[in-house]
Amino acid sequence: MLGSNVSISGLSKSFGDFKALKDVSLEIKKGEFFSLLGPSGCGKTTLLRLIAGFEDPDSGLVSIDGRDVTGLPPDKRRCNTVFQSYALFPHLTVFENVAFPLRIRKTPGKKVRELVKRHLDLVQLEKHADKKPSQLSGGQKQRVAIARALINEPSVLLLDEPLSALDAKLRQHMLVELDSIHDEVGITFIYVTHDQAEALSVSDRIAVMDGGKILQVGSPQDIYENPKAEFVARFIGDTNLFSGKVVSFSNGISLVQDERIGAIKVEAGNEAPEGSWVSVAVRPEKIRISLAPPAEAGPLGNVVKGMVDEPIYSGFQSKYYVRTPGGGHLVVFRQHAQWSEGVPDIKWKDEVWLSWSARDAVVVEASGTSIAPVVSGDSLDE
Amino acid sequence: MRQRNYGPWYSAPQGLWLTLFFAAPLFIIIVYSFLKKGLYGGVEPGFSLAAWHALGGGTLLAVALRTLLVSLVATSITILIALPASYSIARSSNQSLRLFLIIVPFWTNFLVRVYAWIAILGSEGFLNDALRWLGILSTPAQFLYNQGTVVLVLVYMYLPYAILPLFSTIEKFDFTLLEAARDLGASRLTAIVRILLPNIRGGIVTAVLFTFIPIFGAYAVPLLVGGKDAYMLGNIIADQVTKTRNWPLAASISMAVTLITGIGALVYAYTSSRPAAPQVDDAEDDLDYIIQAEALP
Repeated sequence: MLGSNVSISGLSKSFGDFKALKDVSLEIKKGEFFSLLGPSGCGKTTLLRLIAGFEDPDSGLVSIDGRDVTGLPPDKRRCNTVFQSYALFPHLTVFENVAFPLRIRKTPGKKVRELVKRHLDLVQLEKHADKKPSQLSGGQKQRVAIARALINEPSVLLLDEPLSALDAKLRQHMLVELDSIHDEVGITFIYVTHDQAEALSVSDRIAVMDGGKILQVGSPQDIYENPKAEFVARFIGDTNLFSGKVVSFSNGISLVQDERIGAIKVEAGNEAPEGSWVSVAVRPEKIRISLAPPAEAGPLGNVVKGMVDEPIYSGFQSKYYVRTPGGGHLVVFRQHAQWSEGVPDIKWKDEVWLSWSARDAVVVEASGTSIAPVVSGDSLDE
Repeated sequence: MRQRNYGPWYSAPQGLWLTLFFAAPLFIIIVYSFLKKGLYGGVEPGFSLAAWHALGGGTLLAVALRTLLVSLVATSITILIALPASYSIARSSNQSLRLFLIIVPFWTNFLVRVYAWIAILGSEGFLNDALRWLGILSTPAQFLYNQGTVVLVLVYMYLPYAILPLFSTIEKFDFTLLEAARDLGASRLTAIVRILLPNIRGGIVTAVLFTFIPIFGAYAVPLLVGGKDAYMLGNIIADQVTKTRNWPLAASISMAVTLITGIGALVYAYTSSRPAAPQVDDAEDDLDYIIQAEALP
């Protein structure tokens, strides 16, 4: 291991009565592409601003490269920021924007030209050096901001929702580009976003935040397949949540009694002992949907009958909202791996059979004592 | 049939107003400056350059230089106070209250505000009373009737004229730019000098002109709180009209003042109407970029 690059311990920050961060601790490794993911108001931007030095914490420590930087102003920290609004200096050309940090340090002109050229090449903007920011497109402004933030050769690059102002197609492209810039410069990227798809596709690790706290830190696969909190399961991707009391436990299979769906088999080992209350998540793509009942369920199989409330066709796949007789709602994805005239289409109001394996259910929250069950499933009006 | 264009008629009132109350009086003053002076004021027919020749006179030149100096000093002090003041108003959470407090003095008559300063600074004034009560002075000091007091009162009078345009430009300024500058290694002061000031240049120019032009033509302030040695061009003009009764000279001095302030206004017009940079078609440009980039291996 290369060791820790950014280390945060016990960080808290309030704005008036609003507690933006509550005792947050985090270790970010050198060279990692690390994402802070959460809804607006979850504290992710505050955490970034505390690392950058734009705000001072009420308590806790921030250290970069093993050096305590808490209380130091932004110009004394080895990290640079790419702002959501780009924050390019409107009175300076692209060249002078990128050269700004060098001019501050009074770097000799020849060195400035050389470094600026190299960084404009990196973001493929060499032809636009003499333009003013107002003459650039959104994507170009974004790339100027990245070049300018990298020219100081920081140890950490902080990115505050850098793609949110771009349109969908360009966002996809810039994401790939960011990833390749990350590979090329090899420094730590801390990436703030509310877009789970962005975070999943480029991050080495993700911290999911809500209400000023970090709920889970892990690889994208970890976060998606093994959410450790109901919020994480709901926020990342679509999910079906069941909850209820574990009525029996044998051979590693817990039987969870959801009041709307019925008894569900969950393979969760010791996480769901008999008598406990659990929340269980099943991803919609893990559930198979068919017009005929599945041949045999087997010891791990769950089978539920329902009616299609809403089919949503989107080319490569369809999404179905299915209602069970007990009033539960489930969401299911079906990939159109083959599509021919013969394959029966599943339409609105069709009676369908849903089946999934007990192995694909994940316990997201559990408690030994009885707590009130939460509303299960994913409903249309959410 | 072609529709008649009534456009010019709609704007006629403005043209009429400007002609009657601006162009015509200005023309009369120009004409007066080239006429002979009447014995008891007024003018007499007959061409004369005497008034223009008199402009080069020693005392007049001295007053003109002093006026310029006082105006420059008062304008500089005003801007130096107005910049941090408007910055703090723009960044505060109760902008409207603070702006209101800036504007409140305007509800009082100009002369009343000048007399208020006399009440503060006069020999029986508040300041003298306070200093004597504190035991710092034993006999009243004379704070009025000198150059410094003229500058002080002028700064007080024209500060709001500088704060308002500065505030409106600073309010539109994106403060993230200052954070970006700090982030990139600039100190607080460097960020302000290199990023804030260039981006609010328009507001600074407006504030300078809004204070310099009226101060350059100041009349009441030097008359009331300045001594004889604080006379400015405005006072000389008034004296030429009411006491010395040399109307052509008053006209030529007025024209000179108008010319100088007119140059200022032209500078303003030039700096504030620079052509905007051409905009590019965002979407098209980015699309080109994606296509190019995707064509690469």
